Amino acid sequence: MANDSATLQKIRVLVAKPGLDGHDRGAKVIARALRDAGFEVIYTGLHQTPEMIVNAAVQEDVQVIGLSILSGAHNALVPEIIAGLKKDGLTDALLLVGGIIPDEDIPGLKAQGVHMVFTPGASLQEVVDYIRTHAPARA
Amino acid sequence: MRVQEKKKQKKPAGKKLRNSGPSKVSPSIKKIREAKAHWEKRLTQSETSAPPRSVKFTTLSDMDVPLLSTPADLEAEGFDYLKDSGFPGEYPYTRGVQRNMFRGKLWTMRQFAGFASAEDTNKRFKLLLANGQTGLSTAFDMPTLMGYDADSPRGKGEVGKCGVSVSSILDMESLFQGIPLGEVTTSMTINAPAIVLLAMYFAVAEAQGVPKAKVRGTLQNDILKEYIAQKEWIYPVIPAVGLVTDTIEYCTRHYPNWNTVSISGYHIREAGATAVQELAFTLADGLAYIDSCLARGLKIDEFAPRLSFFFDVHNDFFEEIAKFRAARRIWARLMRERYQAKDPKSWMLRTHAQTAGVSLTAQQPYNNIVRVTVQALAAILGGTNSLHTNSMDETLALPTDEAVMIALRTQQIIAEESGVAHVADPFGGSYFIELLTSRVEKAALQYIHRIDEMGGMIKAIEKGFPQAEIANSAYHFQRQLETKEKVMVGVNKFQMKENKRSLNTLYIDRTVEQNQIQKLAQLRRSRPSEAHQNALRNVKESATAGQNLMEPILSAVKAHATLQEICDTLRPVFGEYRESGSF
Repeated sequence: MANDSATLQKIRVLVAKPGLDGHDRGAKVIARALRDAGFEVIYTGLHQTPEMIVNAAVQEDVQVIGLSILSGAHNALVPEIIAGLKKDGLTDALLLVGGIIPDEDIPGLKAQGVHMVFTPGASLQEVVDYIRTHAPARA
Repeated sequence: MRVQEKKKQKKPAGKKLRNSGPSKVSPSIKKIREAKAHWEKRLTQSETSAPPRSVKFTTLSDMDVPLLSTPADLEAEGFDYLKDSGFPGEYPYTRGVQRNMFRGKLWTMRQFAGFASAEDTNKRFKLLLANGQTGLSTAFDMPTLMGYDADSPRGKGEVGKCGVSVSSILDMESLFQGIPLGEVTTSMTINAPAIVLLAMYFAVAEAQGVPKAKVRGTLQNDILKEYIAQKEWIYPVIPAVGLVTDTIEYCTRHYPNWNTVSISGYHIREAGATAVQELAFTLADGLAYIDSCLARGLKIDEFAPRLSFFFDVHNDFFEEIAKFRAARRIWARLMRERYQAKDPKSWMLRTHAQTAGVSLTAQQPYNNIVRVTVQALAAILGGTNSLHTNSMDETLALPTDEAVMIALRTQQIIAEESGVAHVADPFGGSYFIELLTSRVEKAALQYIHRIDEMGGMIKAIEKGFPQAEIANSAYHFQRQLETKEKVMVGVNKFQMKENKRSLNTLYIDRTVEQNQIQKLAQLRRSRPSEAHQNALRNVKESATAGQNLMEPILSAVKAHATLQEICDTLRPVFGEYRESGSF
């Protein structure tokens, strides 16, 4: 469902760093860009387990979850996060993944419920536009 | 923003000349100034038909770049050849740390390698050594970097992905199987649990029968830049610096040829810092380690010669050369003037360099070979002592054998074919490079003084100062890419439609993790349980008593205690570091 930012309240976005990966340059840059674009951004900080991320998403009742993974652990971590979100009933949130994700892994992630994967070179504007267009509405 | 900056940059050189130049100007400098003023008039005329491509020209880090520099600019900057440059191999080492530079010994070609299991990485090491590489450099995986064993649930999916998995001394033995440790130099990129991995390495060298004085290599062991940039920490800052100090103290007494810390700007730069921030924060980290060692009672000339450095080398050719030259000059002066070091080896900043991972593009990845070549050349012309050249596929995955070989050959071609290794500091005396070196130095010293005023780097980190500065620079640069003020070929200019990436990449499958878990289970079953438990108890008691932990940890690894067991023993004693999620 599309959002008209003028008429709706701020879109709530969780930016999260799953696993032990310490590369947070991208996550922090994206978090700032989303905030500057008018979204309400919650950043988890580093070294989060799937469970911690699911809890944060549910507690904050976010419309968008952005996972930043540069460690190659996406195929292990993303399914656990998806399972946790389902279990806790947060099923309509837009789930995005950004980072070093090999092309051949993208279809598998999408089949499991990731809406979009942003790989190196994606512009901040692309991410902002994608969220504006696709974030689910909240009452 | 552009308009403002245009105003600011219109008159830098001329203004400076009049205001800050020395009061007595030599006749020849006066003549040069006059001639330059005339030339500038003619330049303005020429620019009516060939206007500048941009309203401002800056380095990658946004330092203003003059079109032309002359001896008059150096005079205005206060540059004094003998004092500021001098000669290679002599104070203040601006022109390099060896008198005959690369004529005597080429820089060490040291490709960073590590993936999957110790056995897999051992094969890559042997491939590199067989092809003319002159030093080893080990990359560990994320769980190892954070002090977790391969079978920890915290490391699920990450075992062997970003580096090699080493959970016990048995893995360390496999890693160096068939490689005589008295004959190679080994670098290990490990920080939070560095003391444990160092103990494993020393134990393996001892088992090979290598005398302590023949064990050569470098432990990264730079925990401060973890809080600043790389973010692989375990303990809070103060006890973590205590562990670094333990290793320095122990090696000073027992392993005289081991480089105890590789004070690293690389990760700081990769996280988004400018060249000046990279330089300043790295040197300030070095000062913090020195202060800690002095407080421990070590004498400056006992340990300072074994501190080494590690810088990034990015795309901006001149800025990078200036950065390396400025680094050596600042360090030499700090060591001699602030710390009263007497041994010239304490004054020398010896450094490894790695080409900039962040500069590589997933788009049109073959272009990365060219970027790496330019960067490698800058590091060598900047006088680095050791170099890693990135492989073209490293923005997609860990490199394949083929990609690594091209990266190594890039260094060999520069060394053997280009002729640059015949000359010491060929850019020394370039008006522009000397000017830029001096400006980079001044800007870095301003940061260092600010950090001094905060009470040193540990305090600055606790305030979040370097972290915030880097995040600001990273965001600023990303904005510059979005507006195309800065260009990445293939990303925001000269893009191509690529349906599929054209490279084969290395894929680490999950069997690596399963095998590592099985190996650990085997170790836990077969080791004598008393010995490692006693050793761990001793580690804990020594930590509680505030003693140097190197010997107790050496005993523990020899008793087959695992990495995580040792780190977990220390967690309740030291606590764990937490970072707020600020951005």
